[in-house]
Amino acid sequence: MSDTSIERHVIAVLVDNEAGVLARVIGLFSGRGYNIESLTVAEVDAQKSLSRITIVTSGTPQIVEQIKAQLNRLVPVHRVSDLTEEGAHVARELALVKVRGSGEKRVESLRIADIFRAGVVDSTARSFVFEITGSTEKIDAFVRLMEPLGLVDISRTGIVAIARGEKPI
Amino acid sequence: MANGKLTGSEILLKVLTEEGTEVVFGYPGGAVLPIYDALFKQKAVRHVLVRQEGGAVHAAEGYARSTGKVGVVLVTSGPGATNAVTGLTDALMDSIPIVCLTGQVPTHLIGNDAFQEADTTGITRPCTKHNYLVKDVNDLARVLREAFYVARSGRPGPVVIDLPKDVLQGLAGYAPAPKKQEHKSYNPQVRGDTDAVNRAVDLLAGAKRPIFYTGGGVINSGPRASKLLTEFVRKTGVPITNTLMGLGAYPASDKQFVGMLGMHGTYEANLAMYNCDVMVCVGARFDDRVTGKITEFAPKSKKIHIDIDPSSINKNVLVDIPIVGDCATVLAQMMKRWDEKKYKTDGKALAKWWKDIDGWRGRNCLAYEKTSKIIKPQYALERLQALTEGKDVYFTTEVGQHQMWAAQFLKFNKPNRWLTSGGLGTMGYGLPAAIGVQVAHPKSLVVDVAGEASILMNIQELSTAAQYRLPVKIFILNNQYMGMVRQWQELLHGGRYSESYMASLPDFVKLADSFQGVGLIAEKPSEVDDVIREMMKIDRFVIADIRVDQSENCFPMIPSGAAHYEMLLGPADKAAKPISEEGMVLV
Repeated sequence: MSDTSIERHVIAVLVDNEAGVLARVIGLFSGRGYNIESLTVAEVDAQKSLSRITIVTSGTPQIVEQIKAQLNRLVPVHRVSDLTEEGAHVARELALVKVRGSGEKRVESLRIADIFRAGVVDSTARSFVFEITGSTEKIDAFVRLMEPLGLVDISRTGIVAIARGEKPI
Repeated sequence: MANGKLTGSEILLKVLTEEGTEVVFGYPGGAVLPIYDALFKQKAVRHVLVRQEGGAVHAAEGYARSTGKVGVVLVTSGPGATNAVTGLTDALMDSIPIVCLTGQVPTHLIGNDAFQEADTTGITRPCTKHNYLVKDVNDLARVLREAFYVARSGRPGPVVIDLPKDVLQGLAGYAPAPKKQEHKSYNPQVRGDTDAVNRAVDLLAGAKRPIFYTGGGVINSGPRASKLLTEFVRKTGVPITNTLMGLGAYPASDKQFVGMLGMHGTYEANLAMYNCDVMVCVGARFDDRVTGKITEFAPKSKKIHIDIDPSSINKNVLVDIPIVGDCATVLAQMMKRWDEKKYKTDGKALAKWWKDIDGWRGRNCLAYEKTSKIIKPQYALERLQALTEGKDVYFTTEVGQHQMWAAQFLKFNKPNRWLTSGGLGTMGYGLPAAIGVQVAHPKSLVVDVAGEASILMNIQELSTAAQYRLPVKIFILNNQYMGMVRQWQELLHGGRYSESYMASLPDFVKLADSFQGVGLIAEKPSEVDDVIREMMKIDRFVIADIRVDQSENCFPMIPSGAAHYEMLLGPADKAAKPISEEGMVLV
């Protein structure tokens, strides 16, 4: 019988950067009841007008296979690559984290930021905005540590990922 | 023409002609007036005026399905486009190539809630294979050509092109289509992987209880696919069953044909599927109406699946050998391998397999009570089959009991002769589809097998039939109920016939008369033949109102959620096999 274990997959999709293409991809996921854990998109080749979408999704192996097949048959989709399946890949997220406070807590937040190699990109007398890049786990850990120190706002990009080695998508 | 330039509307008609479009089914409105003006000034493309945009899409589907060409639809913005949505969804589910041109408010008004504005590309995104909004008249020709390419390539489907009025009126240069058209991202795989084809043929050669299970993909692939399928099946001596959409791909009169499979398929087809050891699925998609309970679907079999759409593979049922490719191409590859290897099916095993199948056939699952008192719907269809046998005839249907009886009792020996709404199950499909078929085949006999409930859903199209003198025959099996709803209420809801009785039906004879057609009635079995003969003689549209048994149910039936071997063969069976609670939730 079919495997019912839930797997998390990072999928990279190269698409024509045209009106409605993101709506097509998102509509596919919502219409067919697939999960999106995160989704990022930006143009990667202005000349050929190509965008790259990185989707983190989860499902049984059969569902993940369906997701890839469904993405592949969208007309503006050039390539679908399952980074999780195709070998080692690098995945990174960027977060901007706003912390408000004073005194010892303020100093402590700076110290932790230093350990995590997070930079200060904005500062007032009572607040910092930290910029941090890394794996999802690293950012989760940073956010947890900031919570008792006056965390008030977070903006995260979701994962962007690329295969290790010399081969392009 | 100004400075050698053409308007968007003129370019549009040029490209339609390039693409071989002879007929457009449509309905005018403010946003598409420039196209209608351009249509008025030319003769290459004919326009058929429907009475509601939904009818235009179904008519184009009928045209496309019966000719193998792309059907073209032209509707206005706003309600014109939203009325087309059901037809587009229907064409998507049944893989029918359609190009639907929708008008749109001028580009500077888009997003302003202008009069007759709707977000057409937004609304139709999930119900089309692809859609476009053309914002620059210089892109128009390219987008149109691409739309035709997408509609007909790979797994066919509907494509919408939204055309703002200023784009239709704008000027641009026009150059004829480049000879070679290659799409930058959409290039479906046509040829099957050789290794997979070889393994599939080897598997089939060693089978003891093989079966071919084939669907609408064979018909979409073109007549060559049906021809190759027929040759291959005959060469191997293997039994074959067709899906609802696949009827006609293999001659129904052939002894190797075991009938349609699925919920209302034959006993022999379903039991052969349950017991087979090798299944060759060609251009079918393991729909829930076909598989029944998925965990008990052909549990002892190795499965080969040929489909041009990779997303059909392993969607509902995991298969052992998937082959992505066009049905005709892959069938030719398979036959080549079969011949090269000088394969022969295991004669002894096959003889035993056929003995089993003949045993199931012996149950005569389509039998019904013969009576001279009341017209049984099955009898009416048997007579319709007998009296149209050998004629150049096309059948369309609406949706419900009559559709299933038509699939069971009409015999299709050729592809493209049977048009029905399979995937979406759209009541109201049959009449406009028949109109589309008749436009494409003016001399042929075109019959819409209908129910009295379905026919009322697009009854306005009688006016279209009258205007273009299309002699379609509407054969209504009138039981004064939404028959399939009533059947399910009887079997699943304690006989509480909630809202399924069709009260206040029109007098169909007077109705036909008022639309300049002819109405006929049969109330007794002895009158059926005369009505059919009379109907075929009349060169106008005819409504034949066949008053059938109100309580007849469509058997055999696999209740939802049940396995193939749990078929109900008739009324006596239903008490013995009560329907499970899990089954009740399913549609």
